[in-house]
Amino acid sequence: MRELSQKITSYPGHEITPEDLKASKYLEIIQKVEPKYSWAAGVAISRFLNELKEGRLIGRKCDQCERILVPPRMYCERCYRPTDSWVYVKDTGTVNTYSISHVGTDARRLKSPLLVAVVEIDEASPGMGILHTLSEVEPSRVTIGMKVQAVWKPAEERQGAITDIRYFKPFEGV
Amino acid sequence: MRRRVAIIGAGMTLFRRRMLETGKELSFEAAKMALDAAGLTLKDIESVVEGSAPDAFDGIHMKGEYLIDGSGGIGKPYQRVYVGGGTGVFTPVAGWWNVASGLYDTCLCVAEEKMSPLHPHPQYAFWSIFDQILERPLGTTLLWIFSLEMRRYMHKYGIKEEEIAEVAVKNKGNAVDHPCAQLGAKITVDDVMRSEPICSPVKRLDVSPPSDGAAAVILASEKVAKKLTDQPVWLDGVGWTLDSTHWTNRDLAYPEYVEKAAKMAYKMAGIKNPRKEIDIAEPYDPFDYKELHHLEGLQLAGKGEAPKLAIEGVSQRDGDMPVCPSGGLLGVGNPIAAAGMMKVCECFWQLRGEAGKRQVKKDAHTAVAQAWGDLMQVGTVTVMRS
Repeated sequence: MRELSQKITSYPGHEITPEDLKASKYLEIIQKVEPKYSWAAGVAISRFLNELKEGRLIGRKCDQCERILVPPRMYCERCYRPTDSWVYVKDTGTVNTYSISHVGTDARRLKSPLLVAVVEIDEASPGMGILHTLSEVEPSRVTIGMKVQAVWKPAEERQGAITDIRYFKPFEGV
Repeated sequence: MRRRVAIIGAGMTLFRRRMLETGKELSFEAAKMALDAAGLTLKDIESVVEGSAPDAFDGIHMKGEYLIDGSGGIGKPYQRVYVGGGTGVFTPVAGWWNVASGLYDTCLCVAEEKMSPLHPHPQYAFWSIFDQILERPLGTTLLWIFSLEMRRYMHKYGIKEEEIAEVAVKNKGNAVDHPCAQLGAKITVDDVMRSEPICSPVKRLDVSPPSDGAAAVILASEKVAKKLTDQPVWLDGVGWTLDSTHWTNRDLAYPEYVEKAAKMAYKMAGIKNPRKEIDIAEPYDPFDYKELHHLEGLQLAGKGEAPKLAIEGVSQRDGDMPVCPSGGLLGVGNPIAAAGMMKVCECFWQLRGEAGKRQVKKDAHTAVAQAWGDLMQVGTVTVMRS
């Protein structure tokens, strides 16, 4: 016999199956909650977003651990002291890991799969990656360690958002 | 001076995709079962800890306060704790503070989750755990983070998807013997490999289901425990640490925060060689590769070597170090906070030799339960001894 413990013989709880729901066996109380927020982007990320608008990536340097932090922060969480300076970094990088996503935010299937990746940014400290998408490449040709570059929206369409980078594509430079 | 703390009772509800009971009712059922098992009533309980994960699942703000009467917390020192998926194991850790500190002799710890209220899918709640400025605009889902981590883990150590699938086969198979399980099944590696891709390399059968459910334990000081039972299970080590939310700046192949939490708990319990001293492990397995990741963080396998444990039989229920003999989240189900607590309950039943068909073959005296969560950043660990 299946048992939790030899001392316990009944198991509380009543399952509602999809059939029960269809047959309206149980009541459902439905409410929609739609809060709306307006976030301050903060000291560090406001500068980062303004630089995105200019088509550039920027980090912050901590003089104590000598890391260049991307995304930038005004304090170094390891040394627990203020960071020291702004440093421009390249808009190229290396694929640290990637995935082929067949589902969207609410777990529904996407019409066409999306390539997502953690891209380690060149000239930032090793391991400093950001989340973004990949395109202009067949999913089967993506590899970890692959060099990629940002594809920017045209200047007039950029609005100071992470989506000012449309996606990253395989690096074509030298 | 720190006092020794025992677990003296455990209980849980069915884990199912959607339950009729409210979170309060689920909390009550699990707590009542644990109280009955310990031979106590609520009058005997001095403090109460409730664990529940994101409020966004329920759409109920101040969920801890909402759950209080179902959890038995009215008029008592009551705390709601929350560290995402790590909450279920963090709940008895917080209970341990209550008793080890000398503040209270008895503490009821309840963990509850209703994931089903959120439509169209509970996954939607996870969108809002990502950075609202730099990540959410990309259309994030929590599955991304798992698939990215799984790929990095496979890449770093040359691990194949088939090797990882062995964990899903083992855990869903173990859950067949669990009376509360949602997804117990005898499946094969081939079934996992052929299941629908969700976020490659993650496939349908690599993933645990969303669930509703609750689980509970009763903690007592040594003096009280020895009066009430001949079979206390000692909560001899607790540990927890968190990393930053900058998850894209982290080593995704190895959970360092789990290592730190484990080392804290082992040191407290006087464990010097975890692989030799731990008889049963219940690491957090919301995805099959996560069991492997966590076994390595728990120092129960070398880096990149955890896949061998299931394949060579070590982590099977009749093996030398059974892992997830309950059936884990993959098999029993994953009502977030309740799932971690279910692991603590399983260690309790196993160490008392009461687990019936799930009882491990070896003579087990020491067990470790671990949970993980938030934005890939928390490790919570408990070490238990009979």
